[in-house]
Amino acid sequence: MHSAADNMFFFLPHIWLIPLLPAFGAVTMFFFGRSLSKRAVNAVCVGAVVLAFLMALGVVRDYNLYTEPKAGFGGPGAPYQKVLYTWLGSGDGHLNFVKRDGTLASFNADAGFLLDPLSSIWLLFVTGVGMLIHIYSTGYMAHEGGYYRFFGYMNLFMFSMLTLILANNYMLLFVGWEGVGLCSYLLIGFYFHRNSASTAANKAFIVNRIGDAGFILGALTLAWYLGSFRFIDINQLAHSGTFAKGDHVLTIAALLLFVGACGKSAQIPLYIWLPDAMEGPTPVSALIHAATMVTAGVYMVARSNAVFVLAPKAMLVVAIIGALTAVFAASIGLVQNDIKRVLAYSTVSQLGYMFLALGVGAFAAGVFHVFTHAFFKALLFLGSGSVIHAMSGEQDMRNMGNLRGRIPTTYKTMAIATLAIAGIPPLAGFFSKDEILWQAYRSAEGGFPYLWLIGFGTALMTAFYMARLIFLTFYGKPRMSHEVEHHIHESPKSMTGPLVVLAICSVCAGWLGVPASMGGTNAFGKFLEPVFAQETAASASAAPVEPQEPAGEDHRYLEWGLMLLSVGAAVVGGGWAYGYYANAGRDYPEPIAVKAPALYTVLYNKWFVDEAYDYAFTGRRKIGKVRLGAMGAGEASSWFDAKIIDGAVNDAGWVTRAVATLSTWWDKWIIDGLCVNGPAILARMISYPARLFEWGLVQWYALVMIAGLLGFGVYYVWK
Amino acid sequence: MVPITTFHYLVVAAALFVLGVIGVLIRRNVVIVLMSIELILNAVNLNLVAFSHMWGTVHGQSNLNGQVFAIFIVVDAAAEAAVGLGILIAFFRNKETVNVDEIDLLKW
Repeated sequence: MHSAADNMFFFLPHIWLIPLLPAFGAVTMFFFGRSLSKRAVNAVCVGAVVLAFLMALGVVRDYNLYTEPKAGFGGPGAPYQKVLYTWLGSGDGHLNFVKRDGTLASFNADAGFLLDPLSSIWLLFVTGVGMLIHIYSTGYMAHEGGYYRFFGYMNLFMFSMLTLILANNYMLLFVGWEGVGLCSYLLIGFYFHRNSASTAANKAFIVNRIGDAGFILGALTLAWYLGSFRFIDINQLAHSGTFAKGDHVLTIAALLLFVGACGKSAQIPLYIWLPDAMEGPTPVSALIHAATMVTAGVYMVARSNAVFVLAPKAMLVVAIIGALTAVFAASIGLVQNDIKRVLAYSTVSQLGYMFLALGVGAFAAGVFHVFTHAFFKALLFLGSGSVIHAMSGEQDMRNMGNLRGRIPTTYKTMAIATLAIAGIPPLAGFFSKDEILWQAYRSAEGGFPYLWLIGFGTALMTAFYMARLIFLTFYGKPRMSHEVEHHIHESPKSMTGPLVVLAICSVCAGWLGVPASMGGTNAFGKFLEPVFAQETAASASAAPVEPQEPAGEDHRYLEWGLMLLSVGAAVVGGGWAYGYYANAGRDYPEPIAVKAPALYTVLYNKWFVDEAYDYAFTGRRKIGKVRLGAMGAGEASSWFDAKIIDGAVNDAGWVTRAVATLSTWWDKWIIDGLCVNGPAILARMISYPARLFEWGLVQWYALVMIAGLLGFGVYYVWK
Repeated sequence: MVPITTFHYLVVAAALFVLGVIGVLIRRNVVIVLMSIELILNAVNLNLVAFSHMWGTVHGQSNLNGQVFAIFIVVDAAAEAAVGLGILIAFFRNKETVNVDEIDLLKW
């Protein structure tokens, strides 16, 4: 498939190299990793990701030239598609399926790559953050066993993630989707000798499986309804006006896709795996469970935006689930003591924000938050890794304190990330979060103020728990043991370097999307606009995409007012945390535990959701004597097997035996007795008189014979 | 002196035959039984010879058929005695008896 673009650009037609570079690293580690030195592992694996990042830069640069109107390839936002070969099915009609309307469609999934503004953004931050985390890992993992294994998995993850975001159809996306799930499993269980790690890995894998089932069903429903797996085809069809808003099949497909997103992106009710995923090494938490993989669900929903727009009910579900997840996870994060767990719940909460944005139709805002979140959350995780590194493996914040002077670089960068996530202007989180809140407030003609309220409350909690994390870790009085205190040291350059880079990004990334009301241009939103356009370019001439309502004075004031409110919330949340934790000594009081002990218990135990799932779904716990869920089903089917199936088998055996007994009796007494032995007995009875004639004495025979002769003689003589 | 006629021969032969039959029927010893059978055979021989003598010349031709027949019977009797004694000896080896009453293996 050669096009004119392939001759004009170098990087763009070689886009397939980007996922293949880390795949090469992973394969090398798989076959030769054991015998390679750490230096060689670094060269191959980190080198592959650095090259992938450079390639990504080249590709995006080419793509920008490609979309310039004078290049003549369709202008801004025109997708670039590179199909290498047909991976599944065929284009020649040999493998057909019947669509819903009865016509035949060809089953066809390409090994093809799609580059548009959406995937460019993901491509850049996945390779960029991935590169930084790979570099960080060379320091963090330096003293760990299985070094090559770690980097092999990481490269495999990069390959899968890049496949996911560059795929041009749902099937290839699913390959990446499953690949990142696998790598997540492998890396959560990296310390597989630890029971909790392998359990957490299983949990992540199994919970994701539920989502994956939804995803594949959704994708197949779309193909069945629309006849194609390709995003471009599906978008065109969805935009063509053939399908009405609220189309039932599209709503179901969208909901199924969202189930997949719930699994991968840790939304209610499938978020439970993500906090446990913190059992993996910290760089993994940063790369997979904060910055990249968990945003795959957001990516997929954003990618399917044309379908979701036609399914307002599904959108509403997405928005509500997102908002609920945001506030729910944030509430748990308020009281957790494990530094990584706080960050994990923070990630779940922020992902909820993103889905809230998607659900209210503000796709660009959701993607923008993914983008900024990738930087500051990766930074927070890497920073927490640096803290844990300094604390000789201690993760409990109750045993930290007053570290700010001991590990200053970590402290400064984490503080920046905290300000960013709390939404303090002009850091990155402020712009993306406020964009989401603003869109939630004004969306659906102001129909979702409750969602805004939830988002606002979450912002308050976010500021509180992040500030709590910072104050407990870096302020107050040292609460660690003397031995640990003695060993505290700043991390090596390979770890602090990425922290600094990410900190710069956390500050600056938001400036790409300064909203118009603040005098910015929202370049980010503009860049993404073609992807989320409601109409195809051809039919869009009449109606402009975004209602070009001039940012009216009232709107602008309202937006400013909301901004002030959320900044105020951030300051208040942080201020509370300062008051409670800034001077925390040993046995510092938890304010929630003091004021509402019951609430604290509920929050500390994560709303008892894991326990509830144990009762309802896994069946590890019994309700009275009844066991529900998977194990309950197992017990029930065991009972069914033992009682019903085996019972039927035994009954059939009993019947067979009874018939056999009867048949034996018949054979013994009727066949053998009457028919076979009967004549024999009869013959014997007859033989008794017969054999009296044979008494064996020759002389008697002779006597009889002579008597006979004499008799004859007498008879004839006297006759 | 009354001339000896065929009738006399027949009377002697009949006496011999009856003696033989009685011997066969009442004696227990197999050897005696065999000897009695010889008596019966010889009684027959006597009859044959007597009738041959009686009918010795028919139409001027001598007729010796009866005489020859008698010789055949003598030979036959010898053979029969040999076989009978052979069986008897074989039987005696097994049962150590020559008593006819005890030779009843062939019943049933």
